[in-house]
Amino acid sequence: MDWTLWVEWIVKGFVLCLILLTGFAYLTLYERRALARMQIRVGPNRAGYQGLLQPIADAVKLIFKEELTPAKVYKVVFVLAPVLTVVPSLVLAAVIPLGTSFTFFGRVITLYVANLNVGVLYLTSIASIAVYGIVLAGWSSNNKYAMLGGIRASAQMISYELSLGLCFAIAIVMSNSMNLVDIVNAQKGMWFVVIQPVGALIFLIVTLAEVNRAPFDMPEAEQELTAGFHSEYSGMKFALFFMAEYQKMIVICMISATLFFGGYREFWFLKDTFLSVDRYWFLAPIYLLLKVVVLLFFMIWIRATWPRIRYDRLMAFGWKVLLPLSLVVLFITAAGILLEQELHNSIYFYSIPILSIVCAMVAVVFIYRDLRRKSNGRV
Amino acid sequence: MTSELIVFLVLSLVAIAAALGMVFSRNAVYSALFLVLNFTTVAVFYLLLGAPFIAMSQITVYAGAIMVLFLFVIMLLGVDSLAPSKSLPWQKPLAFSLAFILVVESVYLLISRAQPNMVVTAPDIAVNSMDNLREMAMTMFNQFLLPFEVTSVLLLVAMVGAIVLTNREKVGRK
Repeated sequence: MDWTLWVEWIVKGFVLCLILLTGFAYLTLYERRALARMQIRVGPNRAGYQGLLQPIADAVKLIFKEELTPAKVYKVVFVLAPVLTVVPSLVLAAVIPLGTSFTFFGRVITLYVANLNVGVLYLTSIASIAVYGIVLAGWSSNNKYAMLGGIRASAQMISYELSLGLCFAIAIVMSNSMNLVDIVNAQKGMWFVVIQPVGALIFLIVTLAEVNRAPFDMPEAEQELTAGFHSEYSGMKFALFFMAEYQKMIVICMISATLFFGGYREFWFLKDTFLSVDRYWFLAPIYLLLKVVVLLFFMIWIRATWPRIRYDRLMAFGWKVLLPLSLVVLFITAAGILLEQELHNSIYFYSIPILSIVCAMVAVVFIYRDLRRKSNGRV
Repeated sequence: MTSELIVFLVLSLVAIAAALGMVFSRNAVYSALFLVLNFTTVAVFYLLLGAPFIAMSQITVYAGAIMVLFLFVIMLLGVDSLAPSKSLPWQKPLAFSLAFILVVESVYLLISRAQPNMVVTAPDIAVNSMDNLREMAMTMFNQFLLPFEVTSVLLLVAMVGAIVLTNREKVGRK
């Protein structure tokens, strides 16, 4: 094998890790500033211009903090758990295409680390591995609160993984491929969010639950469980959990952008103009970055405005609403595409979004009536 | 070829060590973790053989979903470490005789099947391509549709059974 290929892989992997680590640092600042803005505060603005050096100050503080290991913990697993949480969040990004390709000294360099033909399956497998870190952190701490947090996390992530998988399947059906590069290129004419808005919405809700963000942050509900699964962690080990959560946020926004919002592609109506990524390769990462920033803003916005959902309702929502709805939506998508191919009538294709939205509305009506019944008409 | 051999040997050592660790560890959680490691190494074996789809399914289904549920149950029941329990009296002789039969069978197969000029080759490049995935789906949902559906019904029955069992318990308590 060519040695330059090895160099290329190593450099790409290194750059990707650097992007995610810097992204994590500045996402914390972004979130704190945005939250402050929504709560009519100022937020961190002392270190550097507009607080731009705040992440560096935080990092220095966390590194020099005292690290405590309680006496009765299961040592090996206790140390292993933060690592098991961080690694999947980094590895997950390897298959996400950041752009097309460019020529560098006569070499075509593609803007993704790996172009797997089973890219989507890779994402599901790594996502299912990511549960271990949290579960093990909860168990090894030998603390009831941490244990409850870990159990809640695993139950929640397993339940929502089903709908996540079905949303992946929707994208696969629409693009006719499991390869993420193919999925992005299939959205050249039209983003999948336009064809299947309900699927995209379910995906966004489910990703919130998968990264344990508000309003689904039950594993670390501070009023009930102190800090949940990472109660016993301090110093750098705690920082690793923190890092994993924010990196997962970034990566999962990249995945949502790739599956439903055209990935690194431009808006579909700009496809033949000078703003197309086929014209200038360097536009691709910029488009992806913009999409990720917007999606992250939605996550922060939801955290600032929505209260935490009760645990039994969270599970009921996942199993009784999201799972059937995503099944129905997947069926509608597959049937619409098949009928369009067989009968050569695009009316079936355009009925996909309409039927899906009708189904989603029926679901909303059912939830509303259920809540009304339970609270004796006080909603 | 040699680099592949080295990877294979190292991985098989890891797989065997993980399997032994799973059997001999006294802590149920550690056992489960060793089993996860074993499943993951097996998935890498599939990758070496050029079957990424099977490898990823292996990780998703076994290392991911099933083992997380195992861990969940272990943690919920709180059977972290096994007390030195009384084993069933007939278990040991039965296990040894079954293991003996298995060893004899595999040695016989090895001797009868392994010819000196027969080389086991990795599947060709078509396995790795997208067409293979399509081909596999076609075979599964056309040729083997009935077994596929029967399997899914079987799983459904098991699920319904579990739900019915827990439900009866609740009714009885009332």
